Amino acid sequence: MVIFDRVSKQYEDGHEAVKEFSLEVKDGEFLVMIGPSGCGKTTTLKMVNRLIEPTSGTIYIGQKDITKEDPVKLRREIGYVIQDIGLFPNMAIEQNIDIVPRLLGWSKEKRKQRVDELLSLVEMDPEVYAKRYPSELSGGQQQRIGVLRALAVEPPLILMDEPFGALDPITRDNLQEEFKVLQKKLNKTIIFVTHDMDEALKLADRIVLMKDGEIVQVGSPDELVNSPADEFVSTFIGSSRMENYKRSETR
Amino acid sequence: MERVFLLTVEHLQLSLMGVLIALLVAIPLGIFIYRYKGFAGVVLSLTDVIQTIPSLAMLALLMLVFGLGNTTVIAALVLYSLLPIVRNTYTGLNNVSPSLIEAGRGMGMTRFQRLRYVELPLALPVIMAGIRVATVTAIGIATIGVLIGGGGLGVLIWRGIQNTDTQMILMGSIPAALLAILADFLLGKIEKRLIPKGMN
Ligand SMILES: Nc1ncnc2c1ncn2[C@@H]1O[C@H](COP(=O)(O)OP(=O)(O)O)[C@@H](O)[C@H]1O
Ligand SMILES: [Mg+2]
Repeated sequence: MVIFDRVSKQYEDGHEAVKEFSLEVKDGEFLVMIGPSGCGKTTTLKMVNRLIEPTSGTIYIGQKDITKEDPVKLRREIGYVIQDIGLFPNMAIEQNIDIVPRLLGWSKEKRKQRVDELLSLVEMDPEVYAKRYPSELSGGQQQRIGVLRALAVEPPLILMDEPFGALDPITRDNLQEEFKVLQKKLNKTIIFVTHDMDEALKLADRIVLMKDGEIVQVGSPDELVNSPADEFVSTFIGSSRMENYKRSETR
Repeated sequence: MERVFLLTVEHLQLSLMGVLIALLVAIPLGIFIYRYKGFAGVVLSLTDVIQTIPSLAMLALLMLVFGLGNTTVIAALVLYSLLPIVRNTYTGLNNVSPSLIEAGRGMGMTRFQRLRYVELPLALPVIMAGIRVATVTAIGIATIGVLIGGGGLGVLIWRGIQNTDTQMILMGSIPAALLAILADFLLGKIEKRLIPKGMN
């Protein structure tokens, strides 16, 4: 689905945020990128929808080199969810959800139907919520809408940058559960950035652990916990978390 | 009495004309310097300088170009209205949260679509505040237009002053004051209607 081929990003100030990043993300995979703050996760993610252009290397989505695509068109085909949620306060919930459909010129009926369908997906009654404004929703509800907005035109690929990072622990937990179920049901390819190891272990099919712009280890949660590549990986996961994970596995 | 009414109408026309023409220049200019920030300093300082020119001096200078009469008054009002509208358009657009702009970009909005659906609507309260200031200022400055042969309520005020006729002064200045208050009030109403419900 998505291939990173020796992708690097050097910012104007000379800082190399991502170095020779190579990875193949499979169709329908839930890939989590994790690592300490500043290790280049966001930079890597934003290169996929061309909010940032790589200095060298190539990214392919379904065989196609993305630099050959029109960035606006490309972005409409990729879901994008950010930590700050980024709902437009001047638009009602239904308008927030159907932005991309509107940009693509869907008919009014089709859009309305899609909004209802999406709201029902997260058990928010369209009758109640469609006409509300973001400021009238809780943080958790807002980010549910943020996720629905990214799903609106059924993009096969969704990019998520610490989407649950700003939520309180309980809400975060609920949304993680909900979202995992949703992802399995909809069979999307997801690249998900977080700095929270619990979240990564819970959601990921595969985890990419990064440090200073480079990949330290790629593997399933099991692999990372059971055979960490080095000292950095095991410290990053943490011994108590490793034990908890192994215990819940054997149960 | 009818004379007062007609002069009030003329006064309003002059003021609105000035602000309206200013709008057509100032909003695009504000958007331009928001997009091309390199020009922001120059444009804002220039409009700032215009603003500091004393109004009588401004009228006199413009009179050299446009001659006596209402055209010169309107030209002066346009120039004075530029600053609050340009500055507020620029500030309002700059205040839009970067994460909203990124969300728009990330979803595949073009620059124009971002401006149209996100940036301008969110900047609108600040832009409207600038328009209010401009309008009230214009109504005030229009009263001295009479000195270079303009019309409006200044005519009554000036005549009253010359003849030390208190009643005539009041007949000019009270409607002028009311006009300013009313304009501010109405623009406040319009502002409320223009700003979408979710924002406050
Ligand atoms: N626009 C930028 N200009 C210069 N340096 C940047 C820019 N954006 C990010 N960086 C730097 O690049 C590195 C990686 O940033 P980022 O990808 O945001 O990390 P992460 O998301 O993993 O926290 C950091 O050191 C950050 O300071
Ligand atoms: Mg980040």
